[in-house]
Amino acid sequence: MTNLRSAVTAPRAGTAVVGGRGPAEGAASRHRRLTTRTGALFVTPYVLFLLVVFAIPMVYTLWISVHRFYFTAPGTHADSPWVGLSNYRDVFTDPVVGRAFLNIAVFLVINVPLTVLLALVLAAALNAKIRFRAFFRAAYYLPYITASVALVAVWQFLFGSDGFVNHLLGSHAPDPSWLVNSHLAMPMIAVFVTWKQLGFFVMLYLAALQNVGKELYEAASVDGAGRIRQFFSVTVPGVRPATTLVVIYAIITGANLFSEPYLLTGGGGPDHASTSPVLLMYQKGIEQGHPDFAAALGVVLVAFVLVISLAARKLTERGN
Amino acid sequence: MLRRTAYSLVALALAGAATATACGRSAPDQATAATARGPITIWLSNNAQEVAWGKSMVGAWNKIHPDQHVTVQQIPAGKTSEEAISASIIAGTSACLVYNTAPASVPTFEKQNGLVPLSDFSDGDAYIQKRGGALTDQYKSQDGKFYQLPWKSNPVMILYNKKIFAKAGLDPEHPQLATYSQFLKTSRTLVHSGAARAAIWPAPSSEFFQSWLDFYPAFAAQTGGKQLIENGKPQFDSPAGRQVAAFWRKLYSEKLAPQEMYPGDAVNDGKAAMATVGAWAVSAYKDSVDIGVAPVPTAKGKSPDDTYSFSDEKSAAMFSACRNRGTAWDLLKFSSSAQQDGKFLEATGQMPMREDLTERYPDFFAKKPLYNAFARQAEHVVEVPNVPGSVDIWQAFRDEWTKSVVFGDQPTDTGLRKASEKISELLDEYGDQS
Repeated sequence: MTNLRSAVTAPRAGTAVVGGRGPAEGAASRHRRLTTRTGALFVTPYVLFLLVVFAIPMVYTLWISVHRFYFTAPGTHADSPWVGLSNYRDVFTDPVVGRAFLNIAVFLVINVPLTVLLALVLAAALNAKIRFRAFFRAAYYLPYITASVALVAVWQFLFGSDGFVNHLLGSHAPDPSWLVNSHLAMPMIAVFVTWKQLGFFVMLYLAALQNVGKELYEAASVDGAGRIRQFFSVTVPGVRPATTLVVIYAIITGANLFSEPYLLTGGGGPDHASTSPVLLMYQKGIEQGHPDFAAALGVVLVAFVLVISLAARKLTERGN
Repeated sequence: MLRRTAYSLVALALAGAATATACGRSAPDQATAATARGPITIWLSNNAQEVAWGKSMVGAWNKIHPDQHVTVQQIPAGKTSEEAISASIIAGTSACLVYNTAPASVPTFEKQNGLVPLSDFSDGDAYIQKRGGALTDQYKSQDGKFYQLPWKSNPVMILYNKKIFAKAGLDPEHPQLATYSQFLKTSRTLVHSGAARAAIWPAPSSEFFQSWLDFYPAFAAQTGGKQLIENGKPQFDSPAGRQVAAFWRKLYSEKLAPQEMYPGDAVNDGKAAMATVGAWAVSAYKDSVDIGVAPVPTAKGKSPDDTYSFSDEKSAAMFSACRNRGTAWDLLKFSSSAQQDGKFLEATGQMPMREDLTERYPDFFAKKPLYNAFARQAEHVVEVPNVPGSVDIWQAFRDEWTKSVVFGDQPTDTGLRKASEKISELLDEYGDQS
């Protein structure tokens, strides 16, 4: 029986290799083929999944975005003429699209730094030996695993025009109220999403904190660093890869915002004040029957997310 | 080796795609399906009374047609019926008949090749026109064919809660709601007295169809029955349209109508004193609200018999996925016969699209006099214009309405002008494509 080590070991001195590959090399080659085939067999389901669920729809989306296209009943004919970049021109000249991207920019400016800051501070606190630590960890994680629909009810109870917060504020309450105020609707959604997803990011940071060596804290302590100095000089650099992950993940989920504006502000709020690009894709593609416009908007959104994510990565990894 | 593996993966992907395609629904052969008979499925809205009528109607059909069994289901869940129907057309899974087809969506469904023209049945036009009379003309599509049977209407009127009116010190039997100034004065009394949180609470959100319950009934009333678009031109950037917009702006600016959506039914919950709704609400509210009915107000007031409103009509339509269209057409006629219409009226309180309702069903209207107002209103209704791009057109209108009327971010006249310009562009755009 050929074991792995003998199969990959070079022929010993004196072994005849005249006229072709020796027995060891042949065995190695057979083993490589077997390994490759077995590997291919195992990855096939996932490759198929990627093709069917991601690659084919992506290519189809690109195709739709350069044609005049609408969905029709199966087996019926409909012309889908090539229109070049016409759908993209419509996307770039539609003021609602501009407003949707501006909304997402507002969202990301509030949501991403807030997420990083709160998640890191809470993770550092929950990593320390405090009483009821398990309870607090679960408490922060709870909103993340609760359905958005249920959480929206909580938010409306708090920030509806007749809500708890307005009762507290009395005549100081904003008018129009929080969720229908064109200046406040998007920040409210950004804060809501931060609160909802915080538990997940806290968990990521908690995992990252396990890899920051205790000796670094001890050394810093010996050098006279206090807790705040240790946080900035040891914890923050120590979890930098996690911060990159958190930032990129927060950008991707933020750019795909849909259910929160849909549920919290009745589908886009006053004068599209909380319309997101994905919500607009749904409205244009499904409600209004323009999948070609929606496809072009989707492609633009993917490019937007890629650019922002790369920029964020450069920024967070600066100084590494 | 790698090349061989790649080929294998591509072959597997193609096999998977082929299997998926094979699993999809294929279209029925048009010629065969046109006269074929056999089992079919129909969809109804999820209104409880309507479902009860549908089951009873189908039970009667199945008893006499055991070889053409009909299955009744509610429209699959979705934010709106239109989205669910549209998705089912694309998937080839729509029912043979859907008794909840919004006329505004008919041009879209036509474009998706999803509808069977009812005019293609030898007695199609004759049957539809005989049943609905003069009201049916506005349901013809641009090619002159009927793709829908105008089935029932819920003419929009003002429903008010008599108890809240009495609590505010108003006479619930003689509400002052005919003119804009009366309506505003009554609304102020209702809210300022603390009797209700809102005088009236239509959805202030941006969905294209929401204008059918605030602007459009008032516009129909103010203009004596104009449609949003007539002869290919928008009609609302006019003195009448501006009066309607100014009236609604006043309601919002004085906080008599809230700018936030109510997460439920504001009238049923006693939060709003009035609502713009159709006859369906009478049976829905009967156990919770003591209801009164009034026509939609106009600037100077009109007699109820001269006041127009929006029909909120729903049609029955046949879908191209249907393989037994002979049975579907016969069932459509059976379910919209005078006898079944009477049963439908009795069960739901909604108005079958017939001209002579009160004469044909005198017992019902004598027994339930509250419905008389709706029956009279049903003879003075306006439908959404049956034009391509209907949904886009209503969305363009709604965007400007919410901006100017609901939130006051621009003057109402500017909002109407912008909406009119945008809709003219859309009409040109869709006109060019046809």
